[in-house]
Amino acid sequence: MCGIVGLFLKDPALEARIGAMLSDMLVTMSDRGPDSAGIAIYRAPGDGAKLTVQSDDPDTVFPALVEMLEPVTGADVAIARNDTHAVLHLPAQKIDTARQVMAASGLNLRVMSTGQAMEIYKEVGRPRSVADRFDLPAMSGTHGIGHTRMATESAVTTEGAHPFSTGSDQCLVHNGSLSNHNALRRKLRREGIRIESENDTEVGAAYLTWRMAQGASLGEALESALSDLDGFYTFVVGTRDGFGVLRDPIACKPAVMAETDGYVAFGSEYRALVNLPGIDTAHVWEPEPATVYFWNR
Amino acid sequence: MATTYDLERDGLRGLNRALHALAGSTPNEAWEVVNPRGSHAIAVGLDAPVDVTVRGSTGYYCGGMNKQATIRVAGSVGPGVAENMMSGTVIVDGDASQYAGASGHGGLLVIKGNASSRCGISMKGIDIVVHGSIGHMSAFMGQAGNLVVCGDAGEALGDSIYEARLFVRGSVKSLGADCIEKEMRPEHLDLLAGLLERAECDAKPEEFRRYGSARKLYNFKIDNAY
Repeated sequence: MCGIVGLFLKDPALEARIGAMLSDMLVTMSDRGPDSAGIAIYRAPGDGAKLTVQSDDPDTVFPALVEMLEPVTGADVAIARNDTHAVLHLPAQKIDTARQVMAASGLNLRVMSTGQAMEIYKEVGRPRSVADRFDLPAMSGTHGIGHTRMATESAVTTEGAHPFSTGSDQCLVHNGSLSNHNALRRKLRREGIRIESENDTEVGAAYLTWRMAQGASLGEALESALSDLDGFYTFVVGTRDGFGVLRDPIACKPAVMAETDGYVAFGSEYRALVNLPGIDTAHVWEPEPATVYFWNR
Repeated sequence: MATTYDLERDGLRGLNRALHALAGSTPNEAWEVVNPRGSHAIAVGLDAPVDVTVRGSTGYYCGGMNKQATIRVAGSVGPGVAENMMSGTVIVDGDASQYAGASGHGGLLVIKGNASSRCGISMKGIDIVVHGSIGHMSAFMGQAGNLVVCGDAGEALGDSIYEARLFVRGSVKSLGADCIEKEMRPEHLDLLAGLLERAECDAKPEEFRRYGSARKLYNFKIDNAY
């Protein structure tokens, strides 16, 4: 099943409330995905780039990580811990070095995302407990997407939870299942795209990253996904300044959208949208199958 | 007089339990359901000639398995509205999501806005009138009943259809396997006039085209008919 939500703000006055709005939408979708939950949120850029990491042993791993990274990057590494996650702030050109060092370190650690603005928080557990442990309602930002998972294609783990990020400031959530992900994963790895898990959705995210790296816009990348991805999907996608939605041609997986002067919102069900401001007068519609929807800031 | 039920405050089970308790009676009072907030399974399994109005939009399966009741939604509905309806009437003032009226055996479903994919899938005697347009794979394996569409129909209309009758006023993106356009005879115009009137629709029967089964895909034997 799975539940997905998304919010793209047009009115800056709502930015302080985006964490609260998204958390409420996410928790409403608990019935659709009780095993794991997560969000990707585009917050204020800090000094340098952001590298969001997760560890099952954060008390030991995070201090060791900073100590390890500062000498090899030759830069000050600021760390902001949030429960099992931490956002590292370091110069953008040092991100690749940091990832290599982390991968070779053997530390109990995984990279959630990189980017200027985006941070990803995801864990196994009920959506309410995931929202609470990271204090998601207190976060501000410009746009974000979220997912409540009922696993089908891979194990119930932090790595298997959504959102997935396969490129800087890019993220994706998915309701459905892809059937050609193994062949596509091999092809994308040959093209040099980093794919960390055996999860089908990560391949969908990696595909869009690959197309955008070739120069496609978000809209163009989603358009080509219609011919290259096989399976069931409703996708909601975020980029640094964009927000997109795509449903497969069969469109079994539900989707409802709402738009006002203040925001564009997505929910697997209308229930997820009912607390949004002005929903009673919003334009509410069901996105068409095989039709690309995207918004840019 | 109407009984007002606040769904947010008093919960879904209480509503359906109270409406089920009317089975076998002829209620004088109408019911009004407020604060539906997209909830699922509102007013399902009713079996009494009661009027129920839902003030707002609903989630999955509103009015499912209905017998006798008249259920009006002053809003839009999620997937599976009036699924497996047996008799009575369900009226949606807004739009309907996928598989509206799926598998319905009888009664009338009116959608004043648009319906999305798989409208009337496997219909078995229900009448469905959509004032707007419908999505792809509508009336798939439709066995009996009438689907009237005042707007356009999406891809693969009436795929693998049995004996349901389809009437479309606008364009049909494509016909599904074994679905063909058929002659509109006087009895069809009469049938359509009655359905349009019951659905509060002012479209003219002459503006519609009729579609149905070519009877090549399934083994049509009159002896198999009930």
